[in-house]
Amino acid sequence: MDKPEVATELYVLLSAVLFTLGSMGVLLRRNAILIFMSIELMLNSANLALVAFARQWNQMDAHLMVFFVMTVAAAEVAVGLALIVTIYRTRQSTDVDDLHALQG
Amino acid sequence: MFSTPTFDELNIWAALPMMALAFGTCILLVADLFIPKDKKVYTAALAGIGLGVSLLIALLQASGVEIGDKSTAFEGIFVVDQFTHVVNVISLMAGIIGIMVSYDYLERTGTERGEFYTLILFSTLGAMLMGSSRNLVMIFIALELLSIPLYILSGFRRPMLESEESAMKYFLLGAFSSGFLVYGIALIYGATGSFELVNVWQTAVDILEGEGAGQFTLLIGIAMVLIALGFKVGAVPFHMWQPDVYQGAPTPVTAFMSVTAKTGGFAAMLRVLVTGLAVVSASQGKAIDVWQDSVQVIAVLTLILGNFVAITQTDLKRMLAYSSIAHGGYILIAIAAGGTFGVGDSSAQAALVYLMAYTFTNIGAFAVVIALERSERNTITLNDTKGLAQHSPLLAAAMTIFMLSLTGVPLTAGFIGKFFVFKAALEANLEVLAVIGVLASVVSAYYYLRVIVNMYMVEGDAHPVADKQPLALRSALWVTAMGTLILGILPYIMTDLARDVTLAIVGR
Repeated sequence: MDKPEVATELYVLLSAVLFTLGSMGVLLRRNAILIFMSIELMLNSANLALVAFARQWNQMDAHLMVFFVMTVAAAEVAVGLALIVTIYRTRQSTDVDDLHALQG
Repeated sequence: MFSTPTFDELNIWAALPMMALAFGTCILLVADLFIPKDKKVYTAALAGIGLGVSLLIALLQASGVEIGDKSTAFEGIFVVDQFTHVVNVISLMAGIIGIMVSYDYLERTGTERGEFYTLILFSTLGAMLMGSSRNLVMIFIALELLSIPLYILSGFRRPMLESEESAMKYFLLGAFSSGFLVYGIALIYGATGSFELVNVWQTAVDILEGEGAGQFTLLIGIAMVLIALGFKVGAVPFHMWQPDVYQGAPTPVTAFMSVTAKTGGFAAMLRVLVTGLAVVSASQGKAIDVWQDSVQVIAVLTLILGNFVAITQTDLKRMLAYSSIAHGGYILIAIAAGGTFGVGDSSAQAALVYLMAYTFTNIGAFAVVIALERSERNTITLNDTKGLAQHSPLLAAAMTIFMLSLTGVPLTAGFIGKFFVFKAALEANLEVLAVIGVLASVVSAYYYLRVIVNMYMVEGDAHPVADKQPLALRSALWVTAMGTLILGILPYIMTDLARDVTLAIVGR
């Protein structure tokens, strides 16, 4: 089997950049759906890192993990979007700054 | 091609408590469809039976009956040891008491949907699996199985805004933290080439004693996993969601998740840190400090913030939320102690004893809040406890037991938990941490005792009906109050269970 043509470091670097973008998005965005999309970006950046490492170690384990992450992310989408819809019905807004009934 | 392993090779019977519960949950999910809306008491009863059967098996296993081989199952990703058994017992008891305090609340608030019990069961299963996984992939799956039902449960009282808001906050921050967990796991895998904690442990020694890029990757990975698990258990500075979520969620859900999420989170933290990353230098024969200092700092911050902010709260539920944060701090003391060479096992034992005591006490305290809510409005402030003892002596007595146990007064379960935690800290030569822990409990006495003073010594217009509670809630109060007392007077019940817990691979 041929060695990977692109060095693993570069993939991991790219995934780190994506992860940072994702977490910045979570911290800076105010719309719940956009925050949620940023979280998905974080999960997918981890998937990229996992696949790159799997190629480096020449193992299947990490590929398996990627499938699990994708499945769990799908479950989270189902729950998350349902919650966003529910709160939109009550508040007519998905802006997280409007969520201030609880504080102290 | 792959050869299909047989049941015996998988050692499938060792996982019987989890399988029984998973099977029962699936049956419940279907059975609930056929139960009419006004007969949801049957769903609750079925859920209780499912948890009870699983608890019975777990107790048998914990007391030494061999069901399946006592080693690993499913090709090593699943460990069956005393730690697993004790975590099982704690989670299942939390589940059972959680259902007992829920039934009447759901009926009263008109949120009697059968899914509630299914979700409680799934979440309990997640906590059990977190204690038994020795593989990072499985820890991730178990964490999600624990969390996702809790997101839904927090929002169960829709369209009440507070409940929806708490679900939203919990969900966004929980999903954010799982991003950290997955990325941290990816980096640990990248550095060590394995998800198995035992292999991670073997490789991590070489990586950390050597030089190179692997070291950096591994350390960042460990930090990210620590952040994610810190989020789950609500350790400062990752605690921001906890007061809001605990206050806004339906009270039985708060009672349940304050215990189950912590049990699962701390169980996984102990597995990852004490089994996987208790890195021992071969040349010096002692632990290389990878995470102990960070956990110590987090523990101190958690203790200080949790206890001091709890003093300023007026809402009883929110005060208990901050108190839960503070109690996470005590368990973190035990975990920090596990970083010293040779203390890993007693640190795990201390954490488990603390969790067991905390399970009864904390669910009990929230059950009192539920009982008060019954006769009052939705929010219970500290003023609402004034004069409670005159009208409802039993409820006031129960609350007194819980508050004393949370403070850590002798003859209550809380004292035993604190005793073992501080003992572990002293064994690990973390005297400063133990002293801070003791001082923090002194501070906590202020706000716990204030509730007792309110109930007994202040005149107030408390609600006469508070002692007349429905059967399920009343029995939950009896079970938790008696449990708190009995475990305090006869501590060997729980210390015997935890005595054989071994987690560290070396340095017993």
